[in-house]
Amino acid sequence: MALSREQIAMRVAQEFKDGSYVNLGIGIPTLAANYVPPGIDVMLQSENGLLGMGRYPHEDELDADMINAGKETVTAIKGASIFNSAESFAMIRGGHVDFTVLGAFEVDVNGNIASWMIPGKLVKGMGGAMDLVAGAKNIIVTMTHADKHGNSKLLPACKLPLTGVNCITRIITDLAVLEVKDGAFHLQERAPGVSVAEIKEKTAGKLVAADNVPEMQV
Amino acid sequence: MSGFDKVVSDYAEAMHGLTDGMTVIAGGFGLCGIPEGLISQIKRMGTTGLTVVSNNCGVDGFGLGVLLEDRQIKKMISSYVGENALFEQQLLTGELDVELTPQGTLAEKMRAGGAGIPAFYTATGYGTPVGEGKDVKHFDGRPYILEPSITGDFAIVKAYKADRYGNCIYRHTAQNFNPMAATAGKITVVEVEEIVEPGELDPAHIHTPGIYVDRVIQGTFEKRIERKVTAKENR
Repeated sequence: MALSREQIAMRVAQEFKDGSYVNLGIGIPTLAANYVPPGIDVMLQSENGLLGMGRYPHEDELDADMINAGKETVTAIKGASIFNSAESFAMIRGGHVDFTVLGAFEVDVNGNIASWMIPGKLVKGMGGAMDLVAGAKNIIVTMTHADKHGNSKLLPACKLPLTGVNCITRIITDLAVLEVKDGAFHLQERAPGVSVAEIKEKTAGKLVAADNVPEMQV
Repeated sequence: MSGFDKVVSDYAEAMHGLTDGMTVIAGGFGLCGIPEGLISQIKRMGTTGLTVVSNNCGVDGFGLGVLLEDRQIKKMISSYVGENALFEQQLLTGELDVELTPQGTLAEKMRAGGAGIPAFYTATGYGTPVGEGKDVKHFDGRPYILEPSITGDFAIVKAYKADRYGNCIYRHTAQNFNPMAATAGKITVVEVEEIVEPGELDPAHIHTPGIYVDRVIQGTFEKRIERKVTAKENR
């Protein structure tokens, strides 16, 4: 069975190491904060200028001056720091953020990612996505393996305008965990009950799979 | 105004000298930390043909969005233009030009502009539409693109407190682009929640030293929240 959004988030959270600084994009990546395993401490970075992002505020804590990168009201944890946007992106661009998790429209076998622009649709902007993919040490892309028409999002070459080149090494979809290297997707894990054949069928780019591919633990 | 006292008494004086076709750098992220009264003053002045450098362009009817109502903005340099119907409409009719710039690159363009660095190399945007036509140079085998810095005729900034000498501190994430904007204006105007006397702010806690600031005005703020989310709704 394909994973739910929550299960993808759960699997993403297993990637985090204790003491990691993590930037989570909007959507499934944000959900990962709910599933950080016991005994693992991560600190969330919000690129508008907050390290140590906490939960959403209660009514009596609402503060217009306290928002996250999605412009939602938010709180800071004890031990948080707040800084300007140049400092925030110095952390990101300088490779100080350990994990970045973000969604995508397409990823290809060379680690290129397209996530911000669909020609013909109105473009709202890339925000911080191009800086994040150019800077983080470990970038994890979360997305469904195929779009709602069944077209693969794991391609030989991205067709949409790119967000970054040669930067994606790990992808977690509703069907599989894949490593991107040497011009191919390398199948690491499959969703419980999903066959390698089904993953192969839904992966348009070159897929390398061992005889025995373990199931994800979610 | 005399000596280092930068406090001005009204908005007309705060924005005096702004004329058609100028470039204005604005602090703020979404509706957080925006100089509300200075934006209103630009609307009252009716200045047109402006290039506005700001991460976002407000929303319909609030923030920089109000400057679209009378078509005062010719060009926006932003990373995300968001849900702003008037913005979309003027973009589609060609009345408004937009230069989409990655958020970190935008912050660095302001920082570098204010620091006297005319351009810098960054990996951000290489191989994407942002990198098209830009000079590429390799360092340690990795490609980088050359990004020119930004300075403005005016910078409009929102701070929490400033003293009369223009030393500023910001509150929480309302800091965002404001400190960089403050450095990059030929004339930098800061609108604050509270003006204090020199010596009341801890010198080691100043975010923006007064040397960058030309005018300080006491503002009043609505501080509208763009996306109110409370703990009841789970992430």
